[in-house]
Amino acid sequence: MKNLVVNPVLNKEFKLRFRSFKSYLGVLFYLLALGLIIVGFIFIESLSNNMQGFFKPDQSRTMFMVLSILQLGLILFITPGLTAGVISSERERQTLNIMLTTTQSSSSIILSKLISSISYLILLIAASLPLYSFVFLFGGISPGQLLTTMGFYLFTILVYGSLGVLFSTLIRKTIVSMVTTYGVTLFLAGGTAFLTLIFMQLTNAYGYSGTQPTNPLAYFPAMLNPVIILMSTFEPEMTNEITRSTGIEFPLWISYLISYTLIFIGAILLSIKKLRPNMKKG
Amino acid sequence: MIEIMDLSKRYGKFTALDSLNLNIEKGSVFGFVGQNGAGKSTTFSILATLLAPTSGSAYVNGYDVQKDSKLVRKQIGYMPDFFGVYDQLKADEYLHFYGASYGIPFAEREKLIPQLLDLVNLSNKRESYVDLLSRGMKQRLCLARCLIHDPEVLILDEPASGLDPRARVEMREILKELKSMGKTILISSHILPELAEMCDTIGIIDQGKLVAQGSVADIQSQLRGERLIIVKVHGSSEKAVSFFEDDPNIFKLALLEDGASFQFIYKGTAEEQTELLKRAILNNLAITSFAEAETDLEDVFMEITKGVELT
Repeated sequence: MKNLVVNPVLNKEFKLRFRSFKSYLGVLFYLLALGLIIVGFIFIESLSNNMQGFFKPDQSRTMFMVLSILQLGLILFITPGLTAGVISSERERQTLNIMLTTTQSSSSIILSKLISSISYLILLIAASLPLYSFVFLFGGISPGQLLTTMGFYLFTILVYGSLGVLFSTLIRKTIVSMVTTYGVTLFLAGGTAFLTLIFMQLTNAYGYSGTQPTNPLAYFPAMLNPVIILMSTFEPEMTNEITRSTGIEFPLWISYLISYTLIFIGAILLSIKKLRPNMKKG
Repeated sequence: MIEIMDLSKRYGKFTALDSLNLNIEKGSVFGFVGQNGAGKSTTFSILATLLAPTSGSAYVNGYDVQKDSKLVRKQIGYMPDFFGVYDQLKADEYLHFYGASYGIPFAEREKLIPQLLDLVNLSNKRESYVDLLSRGMKQRLCLARCLIHDPEVLILDEPASGLDPRARVEMREILKELKSMGKTILISSHILPELAEMCDTIGIIDQGKLVAQGSVADIQSQLRGERLIIVKVHGSSEKAVSFFEDDPNIFKLALLEDGASFQFIYKGTAEEQTELLKRAILNNLAITSFAEAETDLEDVFMEITKGVELT
């Protein structure tokens, strides 16, 4: 742990990240985007209440959900951009070979690269916390729900970040690595939702024989979809619907945790293995 | 110090390195000469644990580059032919970063870095951003980086490439200093005369094979079996020229511009050369100088690698 805290790669990455004015601009625009959406949401909702200018606590809950889904979307959009070039850009800049001839272990390099890149995202999320205070201002949300959402973000960032690092290690060109990471992210965040819907529709289409039909296939893409998992923490009815439709009662979020933990471990181990050439004699 | 045995590297059907054998003594400076794509950088990459060989073995200070790669990394300072630097990092921070990467404590790095910057004549650039340094300065900074963990072996892949003449001279002086510090240096370059001046031994590599190894003079005689001799006489050279022309081992005798000197190619053995000089003296030739000409390494290199088509 001490090695990670005083890790030279981590120190260097932090130094380089926060010497760049772009990083501060990034935080500014991220908060501006979120802030505009919140203010816009409140404004529109106030207008829609028969033009009376009220904002009800149940609308605050909706706002929290919108904000959380939006933030998840931003996370899924930014994570590949921050992580898919961490190794390949070093290779392109011709600094990787020098780093690899030092006595730093591959695991130390990979983990510190991952942590340094996702820590910027964590900063973005932490900086957005005051915006969530709007929600508390109007009520309707417990601090526990907020903490759950933040924990969910952290976990999701780690997993998608590890995929970015993996592709960055395996693929020499940053642009190709980025495209691949965005492709996989799109599949996990959008493709799996689409598959879930298709499987559920298929189940319903053959559901006129009297008994409630089930199709377990819909469960598997659903358990990989971060949007469905986040929504299910807000709306338990959604989980019930998937359970009814698939016949699998095992909690969806636990399946998400297990499958994404496996993806994370696999991606990190493969990145560590592939960073340096396999020097073992055959 | 460095031992390479039957080292080969193949990429599909292309052989980058073909059963290379090499032995480099501790404290010596070994120059690796070869055309582009001859296999120099491949050899260096394997020694730097950046590339796994297809077959064969390589040892640095007794450590196998494949089995003990982490220990090998402690022994070597590697400077690639092309390298980049980090934007927005100062020279001092650059060296701190690599020092920390070798596990050197901060306090020790604080003492080391000024010494290293002084060695490479960059003391006044300690607070300068690395990406703003000239190419020559970056090369020297990279050399300082190679030395941060006090390695016994330096692997320098074309350290003088792309440098202006002044920067080359500065680099050469630093390398001489390192040689005097007892470092074992493995260096590749296209600037052959510079290698000749600096290196104890030279290896010529061509299409992945080591075609010659030894001192510059050794290589020349090994490959050509001939020496260029320049003779200077007092007074007229006519008598001396007619004497040397009769020797069957002498070819291409030619008078030099000063009129008192002439040169020829001698293909006899060293003993025969001694006998020739003895006879010349006994014949009362007024010889003031009889010496082998300095070897033109470029010529040797061109001759060895001539007619080779690179794939």
